[in-house]
Amino acid sequence: MTRGKAIGRLALRRLAFAVPVLLVVSFALFVLAKASPFDPVERYFGVRIIGASPERVAQLRANWGVDEPVVAQYWAWLTHAVTGDLGDSLSLQQPVSAVIGDRLGWTVLLVSVGFTLALVLGLLLGTLAAWRQGSWLDRSITGSCYALEAAPVFWLGLAVLYVFALQLQWLPGGGVTTGSDPVSVGGVAAHMVLPVAVLAISQAPWFVLFVRQNLLESFTQDHVIGARARGLPDHVVVSGHALRTSLLPFLTLLGARLPELITGALLVETVFSWPGIARATVEAALNVDFALLGALTVMATGVVLVGNLLADVLYALADPRVALDG
Amino acid sequence: MADLTWRPAPRSRLTAASPPRSPKWRLLPSAVVLGVVALVVLVVPLFVELNEQYVDLAIANQPPSAAHLFGTDELGRDVLLRCVYALRVSLTVGVVAAVISAVAGTAVGALAGSIGGWFDRIMMRVVDAIASVPHLLLGIVIVAILRPSLSAVIISIALTHWLTAARIVRSEVLSLRTRPFIDAAIVGGASRLQVMTRHLLPNVAPQVLLATTLMVPHAVWHETALSFLGLGLPPHAASIGNMINDAQRSLLIGGWWMSLAPGLMLVITTLAVSGISGVWRDRLNPKRRTELTW
Repeated sequence: MTRGKAIGRLALRRLAFAVPVLLVVSFALFVLAKASPFDPVERYFGVRIIGASPERVAQLRANWGVDEPVVAQYWAWLTHAVTGDLGDSLSLQQPVSAVIGDRLGWTVLLVSVGFTLALVLGLLLGTLAAWRQGSWLDRSITGSCYALEAAPVFWLGLAVLYVFALQLQWLPGGGVTTGSDPVSVGGVAAHMVLPVAVLAISQAPWFVLFVRQNLLESFTQDHVIGARARGLPDHVVVSGHALRTSLLPFLTLLGARLPELITGALLVETVFSWPGIARATVEAALNVDFALLGALTVMATGVVLVGNLLADVLYALADPRVALDG
Repeated sequence: MADLTWRPAPRSRLTAASPPRSPKWRLLPSAVVLGVVALVVLVVPLFVELNEQYVDLAIANQPPSAAHLFGTDELGRDVLLRCVYALRVSLTVGVVAAVISAVAGTAVGALAGSIGGWFDRIMMRVVDAIASVPHLLLGIVIVAILRPSLSAVIISIALTHWLTAARIVRSEVLSLRTRPFIDAAIVGGASRLQVMTRHLLPNVAPQVLLATTLMVPHAVWHETALSFLGLGLPPHAASIGNMINDAQRSLLIGGWWMSLAPGLMLVITTLAVSGISGVWRDRLNPKRRTELTW
């Protein structure tokens, strides 16, 4: 069996694991929602339920199928969800797919740029810190990384907002447009700087410390010592020999970092009033809007699973020594 | 003609990681900070006749001064005093949630590790499945179901954080099971329960205790994030997240101290806790001296 085929089989096996996980997670959410004392029909009527005719309430209960067994309701939801119909959001009075469709693009934009920047920062600062091990540069980089890891991301966001948007007024601090301006590339780019920077800075420390640690370990490996013995300059040894081998475990960790990234994005979006899914998530939670909240949670889980799969496939592609029967 | 003069090689730092500095340097400041925080948080509310909810609109929005070291908030409440109470609430939530999740995780991990077979496989797949849901989102769902309250926040943290403990305990139990003293106990006629309570659990206890300590900052962070989103403790309760949430409004009119102070308190306490647990971990697993706390 060729290696390409083996990697394909690995991907298939991981997908086969992802589908039951998604089913279990969505079913568990469904059961939790049903177990809560909350009743969507009462919520729909609000105080008007006192004056509403019992027939009308009963008809609505029958239409929505609230009194059917959980499994039947779950099956109805699942069959609709597969066709793209995720039900209606009670809090935003829109179909769930429309709510997500409107907002997902903005979140993906923020997260992808922020994650890329965090990776670049992590590689750059981590390499610098390891290269100049024990120097003031190394100490200040690792020291600030520990401090940043301890700081809540929304607190950092507020600090950045205060300094750069309110005091210095260099950059706009919230949303994606100023006033009633139409959405433009330049405007969005200017509005993106602060949230992206905060997301990247809050995610980077972990990568910085990881790259530094791995590089320090690889400095003791034979091929690196050999390269130094041949008299190659330091920068060639670091970038060409040490960094290459120490980056391999980095790939799988990218996947493992996705849940933290989603959490960080949720908080950064809230601070900067970014029009992504965070606002909808909080609204859904406050208004017990399970259709929306459940869809968002299942979606985030799916993203994490696919991210892990991609990371494993990349790892297998990058390192021919990796065994594929895990 | 090539330059044949010998020159010493420039000093390079491409060597193995320098040995960590004496743990004293991490232990001492962390212990002092944690001691002061514990003293203030535990003792001050008992002896000081001050009310952190005391409203005095005449002194609202005052910047830090000698009378109010961290200034006052939009209702004229002393920010320093509120920080002390907030830290008390947040740390209590963190410790209680960490202990609950450690107990739950230990139970699941020990059962999975010692029973093994299909039970182990199913339990670990469940752990993997829960771990794929972003923690904060799962926490939000749980709070939405139970409605925001102190117990909802604690349950939401406990339900999302027991996974780490379960994984650690399971792998420890699996490696302990192959050791001769367990075989000896079984041969000596010990029941499954006796092996578990007398031999397995006492040996995983140090690791569990360490994991619990490391979980506390994470749990506090989780509580803070939920409260910041408005899904945590009731709005009037002084918690770090609520204080930063309230301070957002004052930030627009220049009140930087109202969000700076609670965040700073949290960062310092978190660093002290991870400093102490870092030294502890290095003593417990001297081979795995990683610098990553999470």
